[in-house]
Amino acid sequence: MFEVIGKSLKTGVVTTSYPLTPAEVSRHTRGKPEIDWANWKDARPAARVCPTGAIEFTDEERKRIATLDLGKCIFCGLCADADPAIHMSNQCELATRERAGLKLSAKYQLTSDGMHERLLENPAAGSAGGQSLEAVGQQLQARIRSMLGRSLHIRQVDAGSCNGCEVEIVALNSPIYDIERFGIHFVASPRHADMLLVTGPVTLNMELALRKTYEAMPAPRLVVAVGACGCSGGIFGLNYATVGGVDSVVPVDVYIPGCPPNPHALLHGILLAVNRWRGT
Amino acid sequence: MNLLPDLRIVLDELTERFGARIEHAHAPQPNELYLHTKLELVGALCSAFYKKYQGRLAGVFAEDARAERDVFFVYYLYALDAAHGFVFVRVPVPSDNPELPSLTNAIHAVNWQEREIQDLFGIKLLGHPNPRRCVLHDDWPEVYPLRKDFDLHTKLPPFTGARHRFREVEGEGVFQVPVGPVHAGIIEPGHFLFSVAGEPVLYLQLRMFYVHKGIEKLFESLPIPHCVRLAESISGDSSFAHATAFCHAIERVAEVEAPPRARALRTLCLELERLYNHVADIGAICTDVAFVTAHMHAMRLKEAVLRVNELLTGNRLLRGMPCLGGVRFDFEDDQMRAAAKLVDDFEKEFKDLVELIRSHSGTRDRLETTGVLKPEVTRNLGIVGIAGRASGFDHDLRRDFPHAFYDQVRFSVPIFTEGDVQRRMVVRREELFQSLGIIRQVLEKLPAGPIQTKIEEVPSDRVALGYVEGWRGEIFHWIHTAPGNRLARCKVKDPSLQNWPALSEAILGNIIPDFPVVNKSFNLSYSGTDR
Ligand code: SF4
Repeated sequence: MFEVIGKSLKTGVVTTSYPLTPAEVSRHTRGKPEIDWANWKDARPAARVCPTGAIEFTDEERKRIATLDLGKCIFCGLCADADPAIHMSNQCELATRERAGLKLSAKYQLTSDGMHERLLENPAAGSAGGQSLEAVGQQLQARIRSMLGRSLHIRQVDAGSCNGCEVEIVALNSPIYDIERFGIHFVASPRHADMLLVTGPVTLNMELALRKTYEAMPAPRLVVAVGACGCSGGIFGLNYATVGGVDSVVPVDVYIPGCPPNPHALLHGILLAVNRWRGT
Repeated sequence: MNLLPDLRIVLDELTERFGARIEHAHAPQPNELYLHTKLELVGALCSAFYKKYQGRLAGVFAEDARAERDVFFVYYLYALDAAHGFVFVRVPVPSDNPELPSLTNAIHAVNWQEREIQDLFGIKLLGHPNPRRCVLHDDWPEVYPLRKDFDLHTKLPPFTGARHRFREVEGEGVFQVPVGPVHAGIIEPGHFLFSVAGEPVLYLQLRMFYVHKGIEKLFESLPIPHCVRLAESISGDSSFAHATAFCHAIERVAEVEAPPRARALRTLCLELERLYNHVADIGAICTDVAFVTAHMHAMRLKEAVLRVNELLTGNRLLRGMPCLGGVRFDFEDDQMRAAAKLVDDFEKEFKDLVELIRSHSGTRDRLETTGVLKPEVTRNLGIVGIAGRASGFDHDLRRDFPHAFYDQVRFSVPIFTEGDVQRRMVVRREELFQSLGIIRQVLEKLPAGPIQTKIEEVPSDRVALGYVEGWRGEIFHWIHTAPGNRLARCKVKDPSLQNWPALSEAILGNIIPDFPVVNKSFNLSYSGTDR
């Protein structure tokens, strides 16, 4: 017994003060790919190397719509290796409430050989990649005091993931991230849960179990889709054994991109969902 | 044919014995021998490998070669650990009315794998003791997804009928307790059906493959460079090991080797992966016997490793780091120092944790003699990795089939025979100390030079086995290349697929409340199994 207490005293407090302080990520972290839209010469090389189709384009009559979909992105950085107009930022708090909010599209006039001649339409600034860090930080700070008094019960469902997301979700219960300091608990039954935290892609074999778990929850229900696969099906996409992202089976309130999203990104997304739950 | 001397002996003896019935032999690599023969020789070869060459059947899988050769091929992969070589026996199965005599009655280790062939290729098993559906649940229609004429994007009609047909367990006072597929904790889905009489478990049936994602089929549809990222997503906690096994296979096909520095960095990353998973498992085992404080300290240590992973590779699960021909990122001095510091800090803290667990006598009481997997059963089921080493199976690909940088570092392989939860935990503990030693040696000896050998286009119609000892056990990726930098087939074998049946054995006679800790002591990957 004394050893146990002694060890704990020696260790001291290890819990992060995030979100009151910024996410503790290194400068090497690969977060959101930043595209220099105005100077992007050609979407094709990046689209070719992108393993998930997160960078895609459609051409029509010398015009091109090029899209970066953070809901599909696995933050591998291969596009940035292939294209000088792209670099990997370390921004990882990217959760949004709308799936469309994860898609950034620009329109270009093309040259005869398919290069971008001129940017016609900029992606709406700040429409994707969550709200800016500061904005979210302020919002959260403003609400955090009231949130601490509330409790939220989360049921986690793995509807087909590779278990990478689970590695990070488990970390929310560690003394470092300690999600319980927000009054948020993981519970064993959907009947006790306010929120489903779902990883995907949803497999054919898990579709029914996911739907039943959702239906077993008391209303109002929150659903948070986790990771590239939860948001969109990710690298697995749609195939004979998968049905795609979580929203192809149950309605989703918040999407958390990442492969996997780190614990900061998860906390950010979960807290974002709680705001909505409180009707704000 | 450039062949290891020990494999040469095997080949010579087998050719002498079977003559022209071994139609063709080739060895794309000195430790990888292929024997092409007929179905009727499968049994005789199998017993020769087991009885004479201390081989073990490490895998059986099929491929659809109907378009080119009008047959399916079935491959039997024998690992000859003592000879440090792999032997593949390839046999054709006719395309009309395809049937395969089962080996499961003799070698229980291939039970699930044979059924997988039946499910995915529609090759009927003859004489299998339990030829039920395995990968595809019982309510799936008659489809054979790994046949070439089955489209990856096929949209299947709504399923009808029973989802699972379990075997009945009858008797006075026998109750069935179903659990899953959605479990109470933050873990992957699977269905367990316990048959209990009073407290002890009489029988445990496992229904897996809930997270089957069509991965092997998907490999056939992607350009090879994209496949590296797919390999990272087979089992998230083994991202680096799986992707490296895949890259290793491609490198063997392309006949290139990753440069020494890349091999060293691979070993470094593989050991980091082992570090964070082993310490997390030790913590989780403690939680399951109500020693939560130890778990909290273990989580702290795991987090320290994940942060260094991120600092080194940009991703906490080491994703993005693997690439064909080597690794993607080299490390600067500050990153090297962080890795060295991690090793020192981790060692100190981990020793404290080990002491803490030792001082807590209740933990040992709960873990010793719980969930025993006997050595005989282990061999029969072909159990590998941590679970094998805790039950007397002395093997480790890092030692027996050195890959990456493992021939340049010294380490020992802990072996126990008791096979209980305690020993599976102790294997992890000892391996952790060995990992720290390996990382130190890598940092000391890190060769200078490039970190990547460029591989432009992979030659077509070649085969190769890539292998890595992941933290759970041996990982195999077998590939057959196709034109246009693509794959005709990628067979993925995670150790979990092999090891699940061990859980059913280890739980027998234990009580259901001990199931979580027994399960945790194996900690198998559902996604790696189900693919
Ligand atoms: S970082 Fe995202 S957008 Fe870029 S190549 Fe990787 S998956 Fe595609």
